[in-house]
Amino acid sequence: MDRVGIIGIAQTKYARYNPASHAELAYEVTVRALEDAGLTIEDIDNTVTVCNDFWDGRTISCMTITEATGSHRVPTTNVEGDGTYGALMGLMHLLSGIHEIALVVAQSKVSEGIPSVITNAMFDPVYERVLGLDAINSAALQMRSYMSKYGISEEQCARVSVKNHKNAKANPYAHLPMDITVDDVLKSRVLADPIKLLDTSPISDGACAIIMARERTAKKRHARPIWIRGVGHCTDLYHLGDRDLTEAPALALAAKKAYKMAGIHNPLKQIDVAEVYDAFSYMELMWIESLGFCEPGHAGEIVDSGMTEMNGALPVNPSGGVLAAHAVQVAGLARIAEVVLQLRGEAASRQVEGARVGLAHGIEGACGQGHCVFILEK
Amino acid sequence: MKRLVGIVGVGQTHHKSRNADCNGQELISIAVKRALEDAELTIADIDAIVIGNMDHFESINCADMWSVDGSGSYMKPIMKVTTGGTTGSAIGHAGFYHVASGLFDTVLVIGWEQNSESDTTAAISTCFDPITEREYSAGAIGPLAAQYIAYMSKYGATEEDAALVSVRDHNNAALYNPYAHLRQIINVEDVMKSPYISYPIKLLDMCPRTDGACAVIFASEKKAKRITKTPAWIIGVGDCHILVHLADGIGLPNLPSLENAARQAYRMAGINDPFNQIDVAELYIPASTAGVSWMEALGLCEEGGGPRLIRSGITNMGGKLPINPSGGVLATNPIGATGLLRIGEAALQVMGKAEKKQVEGAKVALATGFGGCFWSDVTVLSSSPSLE
Repeated sequence: MDRVGIIGIAQTKYARYNPASHAELAYEVTVRALEDAGLTIEDIDNTVTVCNDFWDGRTISCMTITEATGSHRVPTTNVEGDGTYGALMGLMHLLSGIHEIALVVAQSKVSEGIPSVITNAMFDPVYERVLGLDAINSAALQMRSYMSKYGISEEQCARVSVKNHKNAKANPYAHLPMDITVDDVLKSRVLADPIKLLDTSPISDGACAIIMARERTAKKRHARPIWIRGVGHCTDLYHLGDRDLTEAPALALAAKKAYKMAGIHNPLKQIDVAEVYDAFSYMELMWIESLGFCEPGHAGEIVDSGMTEMNGALPVNPSGGVLAAHAVQVAGLARIAEVVLQLRGEAASRQVEGARVGLAHGIEGACGQGHCVFILEK
Repeated sequence: MKRLVGIVGVGQTHHKSRNADCNGQELISIAVKRALEDAELTIADIDAIVIGNMDHFESINCADMWSVDGSGSYMKPIMKVTTGGTTGSAIGHAGFYHVASGLFDTVLVIGWEQNSESDTTAAISTCFDPITEREYSAGAIGPLAAQYIAYMSKYGATEEDAALVSVRDHNNAALYNPYAHLRQIINVEDVMKSPYISYPIKLLDMCPRTDGACAVIFASEKKAKRITKTPAWIIGVGDCHILVHLADGIGLPNLPSLENAARQAYRMAGINDPFNQIDVAELYIPASTAGVSWMEALGLCEEGGGPRLIRSGITNMGGKLPINPSGGVLATNPIGATGLLRIGEAALQVMGKAEKKQVEGAKVALATGFGGCFWSDVTVLSSSPSLE
């Protein structure tokens, strides 16, 4: 793979409700990502927006932010999925050799929708929607089956939430920085057993943008481009009943592809920091298993050991992750932006010392049906 | 060095107003199987999949994930791209970039729509700004009507000119395309007597809404040459989403986005005399009126020359530049698939596999997509990797 570097990033502060419009959110991160890259909009020769008609409450929702992202000026497309997929589309624009500098923008105002209704629409319209399935109660099925298969406890899942909310205190963009205890999580309101309020990511408004460039331009334009060294995406079966919800084989395969591309044989040793899509506390445990950081079923011990804490061998979600800010569609792109900050050494008080290689991860569909993995290097 | 990308297989459903025999996944599966058969491949040969539709026509969120049983994307990469009416052409271009990036060798692109499950115009109306525009906008027909009023008054085009386009496309579908949705032989009088739906657009001037799917397989140079002796090479792409508000485009007689996208695609393809260099065109003409007024944006005639071009019969089958041998969008419109059908039909022409709708000796073909807010995508295909 030719080298493509990330030379600009920006995020809004995530909040339960941001009065800015979709376009205003997108505009804010577009302008700030350009500033971060030291570019003007004239330098951008293609864009990818990440909009979803359901979350945005409008058909052809990418129209909403066309102008705000400067997409009316240049060849553009819109990916509907997690922000990592949008970044992948931008990467392909550049690797084709047809374009030089790509801007990828994702925005979401989850506060304007009804998440249970919108996520219910992911399920089969005839057989499954009437059951009332949504993102939370389907995840509860997954969490329960994962816990019972491997003897993972609710406390171990809660520990992820405690860690990530604490990490968020060092992240000025995070929506929910909090000091909480395992007990707080266990005693919080049950949403869908065994998922409790503090096992769940919040409803957040926000946006994220990244700017990528081909190698020569990236080097010329930026002192510290962060290189994309590997990428992989993959999809599991659709119906929950067809899947073994305790495993994420699609993530394992996506990671395998990304690792192969990046020359990673021992992820735990070679990767210094990971930002994974922890929409629910247990997901971080499942994902680090499928990413090959430990054997299946052993993530509980890993979190008990403190290995994924800020000072552990593999800090996971120093930003606080998705548990601390969940603007849907944006969250995976924000994982990339956070890893870029880490590798630049600009992550301030959430900095992982000496981070050289980082992993960013996004999910798509119910219970992590689809996954996209990026490996970035300084 | 830029990588060559070729189309090696095309499949589509038999399109109809309501396909009650199929659910969405089954509709997709039919198109996918036909594309694989056309390329003599199996799903195991496919490295990645791109899919597109418009969410609010079927009310399925994350259609990429939902599609797995039909698209064959189990344990494969799949990505959803959606840009409104241009979705079909946007996914075609996304498939092109998947291969051109060097990340994937053989990519399956699927466009589909089951429009019978929705109120199409109500769903489209929600694309406009909820505060300033949605209240008075009524889907896609009104803006196209306003555009042709402006064109008629500026250049002296007539409703009969548009009717000629409608007759051409409907009759092509009836005579040559077994997959088309509306296959009826009509004449100018039939069009003129059909009821107005938004002056000057009459019922027979307007595209239908269709249940259908289309699948197209894109491959790298090495793979394409191994798969078929006659790949359709993608030699030019262009996209332009220049407008954002309905009011920006409604009074314009022309289509600036099409002119811009065509310029990009022609430059990449090395086309400087489109009328003489292009042998056949599959154009996203949502209303017959656009079949008159958008020809100059593609550089096929002088400014205001649309009526002359259409009246001359040059764009009919047997003419110098046949347009829409398949019957185009006026005959078949499964929205998320419509733009991809243009690319697929154009590919079949330069592959020499268009059967009854084949334009003899077609070597270079043009395909367009239209949608969003007067947005355009343009693709140029050729039987040889580059123009002489």
